[in-house]
Amino acid sequence: MKNSILYEVFVRAASSSSHHHVGSLRAANDEEALLNARDLYARRNEGVSLWIVRSGNVITSAPNEQTSLFETEGKAYRYPAFYPVPKGVKNL
Amino acid sequence: MTNNIATPVTSETHTNDLAFLARIDNDEKIEACDWMPPDYRKMLIRQVSQHAHSEIIGMQPERNWLTRAPSLQRKSILLAKIQDEAGHGLYLYSVTETLGADRKSLVDALLDGRAKYSSIFNYPALTWADMGAIGWLVDGAAIVNQVSLCKTSYAPYARAMIRICKEESFHQRQGFDILWTLVHGSDAQKAMAQDAVNRWWWPALMMLGPHDSNSQHSEKSMRWKIKRISNDETRRRFLTQTVPQLEALGLTAPDPDLNYDEEAQCYRHGDIDWDEFQRVIAGNGPCNKQRLQTARTARDNQSWVLEASAAYTQNQSKQTMH
Repeated sequence: MKNSILYEVFVRAASSSSHHHVGSLRAANDEEALLNARDLYARRNEGVSLWIVRSGNVITSAPNEQTSLFETEGKAYRYPAFYPVPKGVKNL
Repeated sequence: MTNNIATPVTSETHTNDLAFLARIDNDEKIEACDWMPPDYRKMLIRQVSQHAHSEIIGMQPERNWLTRAPSLQRKSILLAKIQDEAGHGLYLYSVTETLGADRKSLVDALLDGRAKYSSIFNYPALTWADMGAIGWLVDGAAIVNQVSLCKTSYAPYARAMIRICKEESFHQRQGFDILWTLVHGSDAQKAMAQDAVNRWWWPALMMLGPHDSNSQHSEKSMRWKIKRISNDETRRRFLTQTVPQLEALGLTAPDPDLNYDEEAQCYRHGDIDWDEFQRVIAGNGPCNKQRLQTARTARDNQSWVLEASAAYTQNQSKQTMH
């Protein structure tokens, strides 16, 4: 594993869906990573497209920011269910 | 396909075109990296950027009422809705970038008055009831169009529309809720709701675009499945779901010819004033100049934020180098 690079792998499962993260792998370079991604994550026709990204290039939110970034308490009005639909009214 | 003798196509392009049409006919989705006819790309950039501009300019009529919303709750709701509109604009600009468009040039074209956006946002929001009418009628009309665009042939656009539609459903409901509250209030409040519906009714029907027979880009757009449902069909669907809601509110439409077509099982509207539509599209609606001026002022007044951010980034990278 010396000098190998860690890559994150994203697979587009079907035409029209977006790429989803499936896991990571190690490779010596980008070309090899793409080939490895195919062999490792798409052996059974799992997708129509692969994206690989060097793990070091992924910028993540910190685990301890979970509440401050994603807090929605008291913001139920952002969801349609917050608004009662009067009886008999349709297609809202 | 039309044969244009003046501009012969190479056989390679012709083969690509045919293969592309076969993919479209097969209901395949087109991704950013796939080959596509230059006109398909151009037409998409035009449509998606106009859509993005509409979301951005569309924040203005509602911004007008942010400080005067009747309760803290209504203010929070309105703020959340405006934030969604900004987000929708940004999702769509990012779609144009997958097509190779330059976001700054598109925004510049909007601010310089070279680009179009939805006619509807050039009408003034005069009373609080307008916040109800905009959410219920304008977003309601937009949703009918946007639901059909979830099946557009360009996959990044379709994905953005699915996300947008999910977020839009609260917009329409909060608008209906505002009107529902007003019509169950005092006579003056009910009159205010009726007045808002009177002013927004026709513009909401017009915003879905010219009749199919007069729609400039429709044929090609439908052929390529960029657009899935014609303007008139979209209008018919909108009307047919909206009129029963209007009746539930105990309000009326400013259209003496509005009637239910038993045979077709849908509502039919009276004649639309297309002169008014053309006037507004050409830049001479009640608020066109004000909307662009506000957008330009916002850019000018907020440019320091971008400059400060760039300067900070430069300082940070200098510090890492030492």
